[in-house]
Amino acid sequence: MPQEQEQKRTQKKGGGGEADAGQVETTAKGEKLKDEMDEIMDEIDSVLEENAEEFIKSYVQKGGQ
Amino acid sequence: MAIPKVMGIETEYGISAPGLTDFNPVLSSSLLINTYAGSLRRIRWDYEQESPLRDARGFEPVQARETTEEDLGLANVILPNGARYYVDHAHPEYSTPECAGPRDLVVHDKAGERILERSLEEIQRILPPGQRLAIYKNNTDGKGNSYGCHENYLVDRATPFARIVRDLTPFFVSRQVFTGAGKIGAEGPRAQGSGVGYQLSQRADFFEAEVGLETTLKRPIINTRDEPHADPEKYRRLHCIIGDANMSEVATFLKVGTTAIVLKMIEDDFLPDLSLDQPVAALHDVSWDVTCRAQVRGANGRRISAIQLQWEYLDHAKKYVEAHDPTAANLEVLQRWEAVLTALEEDPLSLHRELDWVAKYRLLEAYRARDGLGWGDPKLRLIDLQYHDVRRDRGLYYKLAHGQMERVASDDEIEAAVMEPPEDTRAYFRGRCIDRYPGAIAAASWDSMIFDTGRDVLQRVPMREPLRGTRQHVQTLLEEAEDAATLVDRLQG
Repeated sequence: MPQEQEQKRTQKKGGGGEADAGQVETTAKGEKLKDEMDEIMDEIDSVLEENAEEFIKSYVQKGGQ
Repeated sequence: MAIPKVMGIETEYGISAPGLTDFNPVLSSSLLINTYAGSLRRIRWDYEQESPLRDARGFEPVQARETTEEDLGLANVILPNGARYYVDHAHPEYSTPECAGPRDLVVHDKAGERILERSLEEIQRILPPGQRLAIYKNNTDGKGNSYGCHENYLVDRATPFARIVRDLTPFFVSRQVFTGAGKIGAEGPRAQGSGVGYQLSQRADFFEAEVGLETTLKRPIINTRDEPHADPEKYRRLHCIIGDANMSEVATFLKVGTTAIVLKMIEDDFLPDLSLDQPVAALHDVSWDVTCRAQVRGANGRRISAIQLQWEYLDHAKKYVEAHDPTAANLEVLQRWEAVLTALEEDPLSLHRELDWVAKYRLLEAYRARDGLGWGDPKLRLIDLQYHDVRRDRGLYYKLAHGQMERVASDDEIEAAVMEPPEDTRAYFRGRCIDRYPGAIAAASWDSMIFDTGRDVLQRVPMREPLRGTRQHVQTLLEEAEDAATLVDRLQG
């Protein structure tokens, strides 16, 4: 079975000629991703509990299964 | 021939009272649950103002079993959706009703989160100003204390337990690549010097044995607890304690869907021996490797990655399902399973919409890049924790979920499951009886209902078959029985 999967993988990676177009697309995607993450982090910053250090220190859970 | 996989999930939620120094988690959990149960009564009462024909006694949550000394009078209620909501050790615990398929179980697992969220809203009304509780659906406090998310599956009693151990252990070791909920750092005896920044599973570090009865120390990969809550001659309830509590619906769907198919294959003796050498160490090694490429050693000496092991289980599952069990539900499981393994092989990080450990990892990495934080930074640890906050306006999973996380169920289905039982298991009978005859139920458990119909003796209705008492079986009966006495008479007649 692993051999079959190896082939599947190789096939998917094939198709060389489009490398340049792929590169440009990846960069654009990377920028978009960064903007998207920046936006999410801004939103998360606004809801995070205050005083992270103290909050984490006091979170203790005893007696679990 | 394998039997239908009736299944459920029990989740112990983390509980804290931020800013309060003398916090008692046991009493707080009890208060939280009783407040929710009380609010149901109020809701029910409101309905009754508009429906004067309904039983005027109102909803009363009932004890799940006769109170023992051990219970100390702590909250323990059966809900109208057939679930059990109670205090377990120092945590509020929610056990879903029995479900007949993975999709239903996702819906009911999520309904549990909504019930905890609503409980927080309710208790906020009675807490003194400045006090509050926080609830997390995760499995560790990051200080070496773990709490569980247990899966239960109905298994044929005739299946040799040794075969379950042999075939399920490698599956549990390897399924972490999609079931993991992710955590910062390592805990437990092997943590020292491990250099782990982030790992796939919340729970893996706490497992130290291969097989055993324990659930609170020396936790085993395969748990041998034997309480079938059903006909013990025919059934076993396999109590699986190794899973992470998932926020992601896709992760829960895959966790229970794939495990159910693997258990069917085990019952039908369909799998070859895929045993691992040193499965406990392998469990940690797989969890500690975010590339998912670490190889573990098979009992026959071969080296194999968790993903490759999962491909082997999937290949057998495809053949099995095609030959023996080609249901739409199984085909959906196989399809998602294959898609996730394919993506894990190419780039695990591409699964940030599907899997908890990846979604959290990507978020933490973004913070590390933006703020230059090391893995030990309290802010990152807070993000790790708050990912699991059940409040939809604060929980970071929910912040990501808006348009980011892939869903299996709809909000409407989940909301309905807060009050409605599944229709195709005995949970239907249990939930509907709670709803319809609240004043006449003396006790309820997974496999029986005890009615107090005003006669000299209590009437016990056994429910030893998890697939009896479905809507199809009992809806008409329940609708025609205007009170519990009539119901019991008809059932006995």
